[in-house]
Amino acid sequence: MSAAHRMASPKGSAGDQPHGNPDVRLSVEQASYVYAPNPSQAPLFTLEALSFQAKPGEVVAILGPNASGKSTLLKLISGALEPLSGRVFLHGFATHALSPKTRAQRIAFVQQESRLLFPSRAWEFVLQGRHAYGGGLRFETEEDVTIIRNALAQVGALELGDRWMDKISGGEKQRVILARALAQQPLLLLLDEPTLHLDIGAQVDLLDSLRKLAAQNRYTVIVVTHELNLAGEYADQVVLLQKGKCLRAGPPAGVYQRDLLEQVFQAPLTVEMTSSGRPRVTILAKK
Amino acid sequence: MRPLTLGRLLLRCGILALVLFVVVVVALKLGAVQVSLYGLGRDVIRVLLGQSSSISSDYGMIVVDIRMPRILLAIVVGASLSIAGASFQALLRNPLADPYVLGVSSGASVGSILALMLVNQLALSPAFAGIITPLGAFLGAALTILAVYFLGRRSGHLDSGTLLLGGIITASFLQAIIMFLMSTLAGGNLRGASYWMMGSLSTPPPPSLLYLLGFGFLLAAGAIYTTASDLNLLLAGEMEAMHLGVDVPRVRLVVYLAASLLTGLAVSVSGTIGYVGLLVPHAMRLVFGSDHRMLLPASALGGAIAVVIADTIARTVVAPSELSVGAVTALVGAPFFIYLLRRRLA
Repeated sequence: MSAAHRMASPKGSAGDQPHGNPDVRLSVEQASYVYAPNPSQAPLFTLEALSFQAKPGEVVAILGPNASGKSTLLKLISGALEPLSGRVFLHGFATHALSPKTRAQRIAFVQQESRLLFPSRAWEFVLQGRHAYGGGLRFETEEDVTIIRNALAQVGALELGDRWMDKISGGEKQRVILARALAQQPLLLLLDEPTLHLDIGAQVDLLDSLRKLAAQNRYTVIVVTHELNLAGEYADQVVLLQKGKCLRAGPPAGVYQRDLLEQVFQAPLTVEMTSSGRPRVTILAKK
Repeated sequence: MRPLTLGRLLLRCGILALVLFVVVVVALKLGAVQVSLYGLGRDVIRVLLGQSSSISSDYGMIVVDIRMPRILLAIVVGASLSIAGASFQALLRNPLADPYVLGVSSGASVGSILALMLVNQLALSPAFAGIITPLGAFLGAALTILAVYFLGRRSGHLDSGTLLLGGIITASFLQAIIMFLMSTLAGGNLRGASYWMMGSLSTPPPPSLLYLLGFGFLLAAGAIYTTASDLNLLLAGEMEAMHLGVDVPRVRLVVYLAASLLTGLAVSVSGTIGYVGLLVPHAMRLVFGSDHRMLLPASALGGAIAVVIADTIARTVVAPSELSVGAVTALVGAPFFIYLLRRRLA
């Protein structure tokens, strides 16, 4: 890390360590977390210290079987949880220490599902993404409307704008939820199993649009998923977790090794490289 | 895509205020003693001009000294209960939440009764009772909603069915305590059990307390209104609201305290009037949508309209005798609650 780089990095508040490399947007540094009912009891779940970095425009997939710590890692990155040890930096600022408003302007989090108590129209839902930019009772401006229009257009959902959220399909809903995240104009876009309730076509559409958004808007996209092949096809980096441990982090071609994946997912499989240099996994029947 | 603007908000509130005005005029006119519209208009203008001494007629006295304070009380109570209902619905993420259904009103009643008993025991001046009763009601309401909140939690999550059941059981338990307190320890000025359980607006408090009530209402309603756009996001869940930039702990605290205060104020002067906080916000949502920046003022005005109408019915249908206003609201509210419950289960 050169002195010039250190000078160029944003200044952190007390306790923050401004990160040296301006190319790095997200830096997870030896972050760990422990769920325990109370400090004296044995922990229910431990996420062991792990590190990786991501640049603007990159798509990172967090992979692993159930209860491997994927969602916990995503919450640490989002700042919803404070790491027990280590830090998660976004442009040199610890994410958990940001105020809710600032955090929402920089990090958008798409959860597994979004339940609505009272019906709302898709555009009203997307408008929620602008909340962090207004104060108290501020009424939305023309600019906000332009931004949500663009956000809906970017995910190909402009025609859904006036529809009711509870009257559209799962795939359409997912696009509207993504549009709300875009309306936050974040640096970091986090998605927790966004493909869970989607059919295969919608899954590919979603990952495809994430790929394009990351490139166009220079988002850093972090997506938690079960889908080995989608992650292998679309991610620049893969973080492979098992039982709270990070086994490997890096480009899919390096992480997708037959023995490793078989051991993690407890299923016989084969891995082959496609002509584009992307790994493809085939699950085999157990003998 | 037309987001809410201040102009549209004010226009809609203006229309509701107009409806409220018409309802108030009709309510002033109706009653055991008939009053002509002309006499009513003349007397209201006289009062506004500060010439109330020149009102000689009997019905002038009935209108200005008896019906008017009662209607003002109905307005504040209705507005308080409706805002409290809309707030609890957002805070607990439960469309069936309401101060009455959750037992919060009963908790406020117990708090009021205990405060009144304390005043009697310590032989404090009645003026002091005017302050300590709402305070007791506020504490009763705040403690009850806290208890119901923890009753409604299952494995760390707020379960809407368990929450409602917890509230209903808490209400029934607190009503038993009210009966116990009324039958064993009742003093002279504790009012009857039916007042605390069914509510009544028949004895408006003295003007000094009415001012306190108005001030407390403005304070609490204003505090809740500052969180209006946060409440919109809170409906989707606390995690989601936080990721969209809501300071969830602060909003939760403000709304919890202010909604408890509104319930406490209303109960301390009118007893338990049920279902207003459930009916009115739902009706307003149907008309104006669920944006709290619109919903909260609309609920306040709608609640005022609803309680003025309910109280007018209560004091006219069996005149010269009177019904409990809570009986009128329950006759409409309970079937509506069942309808909402069935629709949710469907």
